[in-house]
Amino acid sequence: MSATISVAEAHSRKNRAVTFWQSTNGKKVVMAVTGAMMFLFVIGHLLGNLQVFEGPEKINAYGHFLHSIGEVLWIVRGTLIMAILLHIAATVQLAIRNKKARPIGYSRKEAINSSYASRTMYWSGPIVLAFIIFHLLQFTAGYVHPEARFVEGDVYHNLVSGFQVWWVSLWYIFAITLLGFHLRHGIWSMFQSVGIAHPRHTQTLKHAALLIATLIVLGYISIPISILLGLVK
Amino acid sequence: MKLKLKIWRQKNCKEKGKFVQYAVDNVDPEMSMLECLDVLNESLIERDEEPVAFEHDCREGICGSCGFMINGVAHGPERATTVCQLTMRHFKDGDELAIEPWRSVAFPLVKDLVVDRSAFDHIIEAGGYISVSTGNAQDGNTLLIGKDIADKAMDAAACIGCGACVAACPNASAALFTGAKIAHLGALPQGKPERDRRALSMVSQMNMEAFGNCTNIGECTGVCPKEIPLEAIATMNRDYLLASCKKREDIATDISPVIELTAKG
Repeated sequence: MSATISVAEAHSRKNRAVTFWQSTNGKKVVMAVTGAMMFLFVIGHLLGNLQVFEGPEKINAYGHFLHSIGEVLWIVRGTLIMAILLHIAATVQLAIRNKKARPIGYSRKEAINSSYASRTMYWSGPIVLAFIIFHLLQFTAGYVHPEARFVEGDVYHNLVSGFQVWWVSLWYIFAITLLGFHLRHGIWSMFQSVGIAHPRHTQTLKHAALLIATLIVLGYISIPISILLGLVK
Repeated sequence: MKLKLKIWRQKNCKEKGKFVQYAVDNVDPEMSMLECLDVLNESLIERDEEPVAFEHDCREGICGSCGFMINGVAHGPERATTVCQLTMRHFKDGDELAIEPWRSVAFPLVKDLVVDRSAFDHIIEAGGYISVSTGNAQDGNTLLIGKDIADKAMDAAACIGCGACVAACPNASAALFTGAKIAHLGALPQGKPERDRRALSMVSQMNMEAFGNCTNIGECTGVCPKEIPLEAIATMNRDYLLASCKKREDIATDISPVIELTAKG
């Protein structure tokens, strides 16, 4: 049965990193750590983006600054890409295992103690990934920039002209909301996966996760909404 | 009261199973769910039909033998209750109950509602021993244990190994069970010497059995008749993580997983 690691395989002496990765718990630790890295990026990216409200000079200068640090930018990008790949690899392997763990499903199954966000991680994750690819093609590479011209270096222009297209904004708001759902479970789940839990603090952490996820969503979607309403032009 | 029971009937793991509808007309509201099945079985025996097979032992909610899904919830609608302790007054006259066994590849079906939970025994076995010195009993209160620590250990030790956590988990993960077993010994001084080895071998056995993995969603603790907290899973993760870093040699267990045993015959 391929659902389990074979006995022989488990018994052969291996590098401890390999053994750790092969255990479901180890993969979850990897998912937690890589998730935390991506979460930090999401915060940093939000703080950078909100400079759009301070006018074209400010955010364009910020864009130039990021490009001026060259090597450091690529180290950060490389780390994030590694984090994404590891996060996905672990998810896919665990999901395949989970699928095999219950080949015959229930005729009826009720969820009584879990959040909607936690049960839909397999949906929110891939959709957010698809969004990130589109988002990079539109605003970083400039390959896909509907109904306007992408101007390399003019972050403000690209942002405003991009979000003035209603479906770009709508897709952005939808994807960011799903990111919020993903974080609402992910922010506290990463602590659980690395073994940090407390009967009282964990409850606080769950509330904090919901609050942080909501603030992140509101922060991000304030940009396309302001542009669509003409507050930023 | 009258109930319609839609029960999963399956002769053995090789034959195909199906739901069969039974009408039970003489249900006393004070009966337990198992007694309701007893009544049904008596009528089945009278009609020369095969009675519904289900596991039970103490019928006091402490042995962990019984358990099945009722309308999509492990152990039925009452929280912190096993099916033997679930009284029929929680249902309404004319209700239809869909009753089916725990579904997990690691728990092969034996018959009807009975599944083989040997995989749990393997995890316990992998945990090994704790060092207890023989000889005279030591003086009382020489080993001081804080109330909070004792409570934490006791909360975990309450696990009766019924398998509802695996059944309720969308991934059929045994994390709550394994976590409870690791946490209840690891929290106490008596369990400290073997703490690392125990975490490594129990987790490795859990992963060798055909269980899914934990995604921290919490369905397990919701159906647990002993209300084992999700914190037990974090304790397992922490112990495993620390032990993986500290370990000096690989610990091999020799217990073949259930699913390979059944595959052989």
